[in-house]
Amino acid sequence: MNIVGKRNWYFVFSLLVIIPGVISLFLWGLNLSIDFTGGSEMTYTYPQKVNEKNVSDIKNSFTNEKIKIISVQESSNQVTVRTPGLSSEQDDALLKALQKSDKGVTQQQFETIGPVVGSEITTNALYAILVAAVLIVLFIAWAFRGVRKPMSSWRFGICAVIALLHDALVVLGIFSLLGHFAGVEVDSLFVTALLTVIGFSVHDTIVVFDRIRENLRRNLTSEFPQVVNDSILQTLVRSLNTSLTAMLVLFTLLIFGGASIRWFIVAMLIGIASGTYSSIFNASQLLVVWQEWVDRKNLRR
Amino acid sequence: MKYHPRLAPFFIALLTVIVIIINLSTPANLNFNLLNPSTLKPMPVRYSYPGIPFITKLRDLSFRLGLDLQGGSSITLRANMKGIPQSERDSALASVQQVIQNRINFFGVTEPTIQTEKVNNDYRILVEIPGVTDVNQAVSLIGKTAKLTFWEGAGSSLATQSASFATESAMLDYKSGLPIGVTGAVGGNPKETDLNGSDLKQAAVTFDSNSGQPQVQLTFTASGAKKFADITSNNVGKIIAIALDQQVIEAPRVSTPIVGGNAVITGGFTTQQANQLAIQLNAGALPVSLSVLQQQGIGATLGKSSLQASLVAGILGFLVIIIFMIVLYGRLGVIASAALIIYSLIDLSLFRLIPITLTLAGIAGFILSVGIAVDANILIFERMKEEIRRGRTLANAIELGFSRAWPSIRDSNVSSLITSSILFYFGTSIIRGFAVTLALGILVSMFSAIFVTKTFLQVFYKKG
Repeated sequence: MNIVGKRNWYFVFSLLVIIPGVISLFLWGLNLSIDFTGGSEMTYTYPQKVNEKNVSDIKNSFTNEKIKIISVQESSNQVTVRTPGLSSEQDDALLKALQKSDKGVTQQQFETIGPVVGSEITTNALYAILVAAVLIVLFIAWAFRGVRKPMSSWRFGICAVIALLHDALVVLGIFSLLGHFAGVEVDSLFVTALLTVIGFSVHDTIVVFDRIRENLRRNLTSEFPQVVNDSILQTLVRSLNTSLTAMLVLFTLLIFGGASIRWFIVAMLIGIASGTYSSIFNASQLLVVWQEWVDRKNLRR
Repeated sequence: MKYHPRLAPFFIALLTVIVIIINLSTPANLNFNLLNPSTLKPMPVRYSYPGIPFITKLRDLSFRLGLDLQGGSSITLRANMKGIPQSERDSALASVQQVIQNRINFFGVTEPTIQTEKVNNDYRILVEIPGVTDVNQAVSLIGKTAKLTFWEGAGSSLATQSASFATESAMLDYKSGLPIGVTGAVGGNPKETDLNGSDLKQAAVTFDSNSGQPQVQLTFTASGAKKFADITSNNVGKIIAIALDQQVIEAPRVSTPIVGGNAVITGGFTTQQANQLAIQLNAGALPVSLSVLQQQGIGATLGKSSLQASLVAGILGFLVIIIFMIVLYGRLGVIASAALIIYSLIDLSLFRLIPITLTLAGIAGFILSVGIAVDANILIFERMKEEIRRGRTLANAIELGFSRAWPSIRDSNVSSLITSSILFYFGTSIIRGFAVTLALGILVSMFSAIFVTKTFLQVFYKKG
């Protein structure tokens, strides 16, 4: 089976997935939760299923207290309201007002995040991703330092990070679209998911790269594209089995886990699918493209 | 230590017994519904397991649950250091921490965490109070600026001071809004003096030049020195009570009038007690106002249902992996599953022993690490199959499968460890919980995938 030969198609497919997401990121950005923007979020629980009247009661009592509502979300017997930062006194007053119209209302959760903390989380998240990318390039370059010439171990590191950025962009793009069209929020758990995806992506890429390194050492006569093709085929079953296992576990978590980690799991599912794809169809193919480019340059000289 | 392959199975057996005992040591209560096969109606199952009291008495080995799994309040306060000299800010922060600790003890909560943090030039206090779900009440209680007051007795001192009297008078103090313990200290008619925290410049621990005993030295401001001189002259031989917030922290007896603005409290302190008192006094001397940066209250039912849901998901996820491995690899899958069970028991034992606070994200990290442990097995088995296809003997294939899969396992896990340590370094507490369980899981998984699985294979295939 010739996988390497059709490499341009894989790049086209990746771009087809990434470009809409990137456009959405530019147009609408991400739907950031109060973790990043600062503000308040409160969840009210009703003894019965939430009805129209409950929601309009909430809206009225917030307006009476002169508090701007950013968003209202309802799910079975709960309503979650987001507002700019509120004090404890304001929150108490709101709950009292609500309990006047419906005695059974209780407050399940009240969270306020100051704008300072919010911007700190954003910078920390960006730092974390940057530092992770740099350290991973360095680590791979070091771990693959014994690779056969003319390959340089830096190429392995850089290609792995390109695959990593691919996966991060896929997840970010899809969540930008989800945020715009379905109101899905990005919170600090999402950053965890993103970093896990990055870790998993590199994990997967290294397994394929490791095989390429081993085959290069054993197989001194084969052409580089052939070596890459063999390595991908030899690790294909493992790649698929591993991501299938991970995805099966994530699906069980998605179905049975708590609602609070639902989108965290979705982000991981998308990222792991993308990570498996990019390790086979992007990272390794890029090594071939790079080698051919170097060969052509040498030929011209 | 030399590696003896023959001892490996015994070592694993011993380890398994230990981790099983650790995991069975704490009591458990299970409540869930099963479908009754004959009536097809839900049938409640109640199972109560007493645990092993002998071990629980030695040390509490139950899981430590994060706020999101048991409900509680999480508050980040910012200490406003304006007007406090740079050099004294650290000690002022320590004082605030102490004050908050005292206030939380008032709640009677078992395991509050109070951490201080310095971000750029911002001094912060992170408070987590499990079980207290009314975050507004918590904020109003702990967010106040500390208040130091001095009390003298206006009436006659009470002679009898039995233990029951002390409790009774403390109750009375509490009911009449006086600092707790003030009646017991200064007598029936306590009166607040005009001396307060702002008159105190600083409190420090010094050592008596003769006896070497630790003592607490108070330095008053000019106006404070004058007030203190008046108070001490009026109360020679009597007791003065010093209260922080609503609690008497010290009640020294005045031996002579003190006019210089420098007082010393002696009284058989240990160094630690003296330090504690100085910190409390400084909280009043360097009053730091607090503002809320972040607050979150999580309802107990929300926490409980999250815990329930993630437990169910965890168990099912585990079963899915086992079924999948057996379907894919047959007998090898059974061996991998056995290794996986041991792996999980070791991991869970470490969570209990260290102990690691489990959060929702932490459980996700654990489950992900189970996935990584499985990946190691898949890598090894695929490699073994390959070597067998190339015509190697089974024993040879086992050996080569492990040795050739090892570099992949090592390198990919190191990269995952890099990501998890970055997460730990930059992350908030939720993310840290995830990073810790993931990193621990990766380390244990390398041990189990290589050592445990390999030993199992050697034992089963040499005999079979």
